[in-house]
Amino acid sequence: MSAAKPAGDRTDSLEHVRSPNRTFGPQPPGERFEVIGKRMRKVDGAAKATGEALYTDDLALPGMLHGKTLRSPHAHARIKRIDTKKAEALDGVFGVVTGAEMPARFGVIPWTPDETALCIDKVRFIGDPVAAVAAVDEETAERAIQLIEVEYELLPALFDPAEALARKDVLIHEGNKHGNVTKEVKLEFGDLAAAFAKSDFIVEDDYFFHGTAHAPIETHVALARFGSDGVLTLWSATQIPHYVHRELAKVLDLPAPQIRVIQPCLGGAFGGKSDPFSLEFCAAKLAMKTRRPVKFLYTREEEFYAHRGRHPMAMHFKTGMTKDGKLTAVDSKILIDGGAYSSFGLVTTYYAGQLLTGPHHLPTYRFHSTRVFTNKPPCGPKRGHGSVQPRFALEVQIDRLAEKAGIDPIEVRRRNFQGAYTTTVNGQRVTSNGFDQCLNQVEVASGWKARRGKLGRGRGLGVAGSMYISGTNYCIYPNDMPQAGIQIKVDRSGLVTVFSGASDIGQGSNSVAAYIVAEELGMRVEDVRVVAADSDLCPVDLGAYSSRITFMVGNAAIHAARKLRTQVQAAVAAEWGIEAERVLLAGGFAFDRDDRSKAISSAKAFQITEARLETLGTTGSYNTPNLGGDYRGGTIGASPAYSYTACVAEVEVDEETGIVTVPHIWTAHDCGRALAPVLVEGQIEGSAYMGFGEVFLEDHDVNRFGLHARPNLLDYTIPTSMDCPEFHASIVESLDPEGPYGAKEAGEGPLHPTIPAIANAIHDACGIWLTKLPFTPAKVLAALQAQKAASGGARNGASGNGAAH
Amino acid sequence: MTVESKLLRLHVNGAPIDVAAPAHWTLLEVLRYRLLLTGSKQGCDKGDCGACTVLMDGRARLSCITLAADAVGHRVTTIEGLVTSAGLDKLQQTFDEAGALQCGFCQPGMIVAARACLDRKPEATRAEIKEALASNLCRCTGYTKIFEAVEQAVRAGKAAHIGGPAAMAPTASATGVAR
Repeated sequence: MSAAKPAGDRTDSLEHVRSPNRTFGPQPPGERFEVIGKRMRKVDGAAKATGEALYTDDLALPGMLHGKTLRSPHAHARIKRIDTKKAEALDGVFGVVTGAEMPARFGVIPWTPDETALCIDKVRFIGDPVAAVAAVDEETAERAIQLIEVEYELLPALFDPAEALARKDVLIHEGNKHGNVTKEVKLEFGDLAAAFAKSDFIVEDDYFFHGTAHAPIETHVALARFGSDGVLTLWSATQIPHYVHRELAKVLDLPAPQIRVIQPCLGGAFGGKSDPFSLEFCAAKLAMKTRRPVKFLYTREEEFYAHRGRHPMAMHFKTGMTKDGKLTAVDSKILIDGGAYSSFGLVTTYYAGQLLTGPHHLPTYRFHSTRVFTNKPPCGPKRGHGSVQPRFALEVQIDRLAEKAGIDPIEVRRRNFQGAYTTTVNGQRVTSNGFDQCLNQVEVASGWKARRGKLGRGRGLGVAGSMYISGTNYCIYPNDMPQAGIQIKVDRSGLVTVFSGASDIGQGSNSVAAYIVAEELGMRVEDVRVVAADSDLCPVDLGAYSSRITFMVGNAAIHAARKLRTQVQAAVAAEWGIEAERVLLAGGFAFDRDDRSKAISSAKAFQITEARLETLGTTGSYNTPNLGGDYRGGTIGASPAYSYTACVAEVEVDEETGIVTVPHIWTAHDCGRALAPVLVEGQIEGSAYMGFGEVFLEDHDVNRFGLHARPNLLDYTIPTSMDCPEFHASIVESLDPEGPYGAKEAGEGPLHPTIPAIANAIHDACGIWLTKLPFTPAKVLAALQAQKAASGGARNGASGNGAAH
Repeated sequence: MTVESKLLRLHVNGAPIDVAAPAHWTLLEVLRYRLLLTGSKQGCDKGDCGACTVLMDGRARLSCITLAADAVGHRVTTIEGLVTSAGLDKLQQTFDEAGALQCGFCQPGMIVAARACLDRKPEATRAEIKEALASNLCRCTGYTKIFEAVEQAVRAGKAAHIGGPAAMAPTASATGVAR
C-alpha cells in the first residue's frame, strides 16, 4: 500500500476503480429465499458428530515437542533471579524460554499493552506465566519446569478492588499513571438533578455481580512450526487470529508476512479466547529456538488461570420513575475488578455504561465506571461483555420502581420502550427494534397474565429486557480498512470456495457464509465450501467478538457473491440472447424467468461466465458507517444495529433450604432476520443456559492467598443436563435495513435479561430482593430471615423487605 | 524422561490392536496419541467433563480416568467406531439434524453416552436421557437440542423396529453389545 492519506481524501481520485462497500437491504436476491431462513444442517455438523473434525490438539507434526509453562506460586512478587540450567540439562529437553527473550509488551487493546509473553520483573497473580519448556513429551516438560529455580521477593497483594483503589503504596503496574486504576470513565447525558427532582419514585441501592469463567470444554492450545523457509505457522484455539498475527509479529520481532496464523476447529470460546495468550508466543518462540514443532495444551487448571472471564462489579445504582411508569434518570457508579492485566478492560469500562441506553428510553443518564487492577487472574470479555452486570442492576431497579408505581413489570417496560429509528441519550443510532414484540412473545408464552402473582407463595415469574450490539464501530486498532472481508473462487466443476477470515467458534459462521453464498448464487449449499481463519488464505476479519460476524461478514459475503451473481447473470443472458434480469439463479440452476424450461446447471453457468469474461473470483467487504456520539468514547458501543431481548423466568423457592429451582425460561430475541433459525435458537438457548449458571452455580474467585478457589470443573460447577430449566426460545424478526438480509446478532444479547428475570421472579415468589450474585441458598435464607425480622415492624420499602406478600 | 512402556493388547472399534504405552497412560492418551483416534476429547483430564467418553463393553466410560491397561480384555468403541460401512450411527445423524452441535467439542462424548443409554433403553424418556447425559458437560447448547436429538433417535428407533429389528444391528455390533 502507498503512504496513508487523510481519510477524507481516500475515495476522490479512486471512484472509477472503487467497488462500493455497501449494504443490500432485507430482500432476497431472487424471487424468494431458497436457503436463508430455512432449518439447515451446519456445514461441519457431520464432521463434528463423527469425530472427524480436527481441533488444534488433534493436530500433530513430525518431531513435535510438547511445551509446559512454569507459573507463579505468588500473587504479587518481584522476580529476582531465574535459573534454567538444570531444566536445560534434563535429558529430553530441547528448549527453555524466559520473559527476557520476549520483552515486547502486548495487549489486545493497543493502547494498554501491559502483558509480556512470560513475566520479566514481576508476577501479578498466582498462575502468572514465568518460564516455558519444550521437551520430548509432556512428562519430561513437566519435570523440567520443576527444575527451574526462581527467586521471588514477595510484595503485598491486593485482592479487594476497593482496597486496590485506595492504596497508593502498593502498585500492581508501577508504570501506570493512575495508581491501580486501569481505566476510568465518567459520562453524563442531561440534567440528572432536575430529572430526579421530578421523579415520583426513586430507588437507590447496591448490587454485586461476581466473577464467572467461560469454561469452554476445549482448553487453550497452540501448535507452532518454524519452517526452513523462515515461515512461522501457528495453529491456535483463538477467536482473534488477526490480532494474534499482529501481536506475534511484535513480540517475536518477525516480519508479519513471515507469520501464518490458522484457527482450526474450535471447542468453545465465549470471549475467553479473544486475547493473545502466553502459550501462543511460547510455542512460537520455542519452535524458532528448537527448530522443531512445539505444542502447548493448557490443563483445565491453567485455563482457569488464563481466565479473562466476566469482571466482578460492585454497582451503586439510582433510578427514578414518574407515577405513570416513565423512567426519568439512571445514575450509576461502578467499581470493576480487573484482575492483574488490562486485557479488554478499556472497552469493558465503557461498555459498563454505554450499552444500557436501550431498549428503555432513558431521558437522562450518568455513569461513572472505574476499573482497577488486583492480584487475581485477569478479567476480560465474556459473552455480553461489560453490560451483563449493570443490566442486572438496572432491570431489578425497574421492577422495584414498577412495584412502587403499582404497574405490571411487563407493562412498565412497554411504557418505556424507546422504539425503532431513534437516537439514545448517549448518541447511539437505533435502527430496527423489535423489543415490544419480544415482550409480547414472552408474555404470551409464559402465561404471564393468567399466572403472575397467582402461583402461590414460593413460586413466581419475573421479566427483564436488554439490548446488545451487532459489532461495533470501534475498531481495536485505528485504520480505514474494512472490518470484514470475503473472497470467492469458482471451480469449473461447479464448486464455489468461500474464503472467510471469520472465526467459527461453534456459532456457525462458516455455515452462515455458505448459506449466504449459496443463496446469492442459486446453488446447493453442498456445492459451497468454506475455508476460514487462515491468514495465508483468507481476507482479514477482526475476530469473533462483539457479536460482529453475522452482521459484518454476512454483508461482506453478500457483497462478494452479488458481484459474481451479476457476472453470471450477464454472461448467461448474453449466451441466451436475453436481458440479464431474466436470468434467475436458484436450486443449482440458472434458468430463464420467462421460459422456465430453459435451464442449465450452476456449473454450466459458471463455465459460460468464465468463457465469456475471465477467471472467476470476487471479493466483498464491510465497514461500519460513521456512528456514535460526538465525545471521547462515543464510538465505543456504537453499533450498526442493536439486537433486543425479553426474558421471563419462572422460579420455585424452597424457603426451608433456600434452594431456588427454575423450571422454565422463556426468551424472545430480536435478531433481525434469522438467517439460520436453528443456529439462532441454539444461541438463545445457550445464552439463557449460561446466564442461569451464573445466577446459581458459578463463582470464579480466589482464596485469601489469591489462589484460585475452584480451578476445575468439579468445583467450578457449570450446569449439567440435570440442572437446566426448560429453555423456550422464540425469534422476533425486525428486519434491519443494514444487516445482511436484515439480520442482527443473536449470540450474546439473549444472555443479559436471564439474570435479572430470575432475580425479579424470586421477588415475585417470596418478596425478597436479591442484589448480590450468585444467589446461593445461604443468601436466599438470609434474605428470607431479614424479611421475617422486618415484617413485625413498619414496611419501609428498603432493600430486602419491601414485598406485599 | 522415559517411563517404561507396556505392550497392551486392546480391542478398539471392532479390531484387536497391540499398543506400547507407558504403564500410567490413560485409555484417552492411548486412543489420542498412539492410535490417533482424536475424536475422543480431553476437556479436563480428571473425569469432570465427559468429553472423553467411550464405550467399554457397551457401557459409557470416562477414558481420561481409565488406565489403558484396564481396557485390556474389553471391547472399546469410540465415536469413530460408531461409523460403519452402513453409514453414520442414527445419533450422529440426529445430532446433526437437530442442530445439537455448536462447537462440537463435547459431542463425541455426548453421542457415545447417548448411544450407551439407548442401547440399554431404546425408548428412553426425556428424564432418562437427562440422567444418562448428566456426566457430559456441554457449554454451548443448554442441552435443549441435544435432548431433542436423542429423542429423534428414539423415535427413529421405534420406527426402525417396526420395519425390522435388523435396523439397529450395525450399532449393536460396533458397540460390542451384540452377541
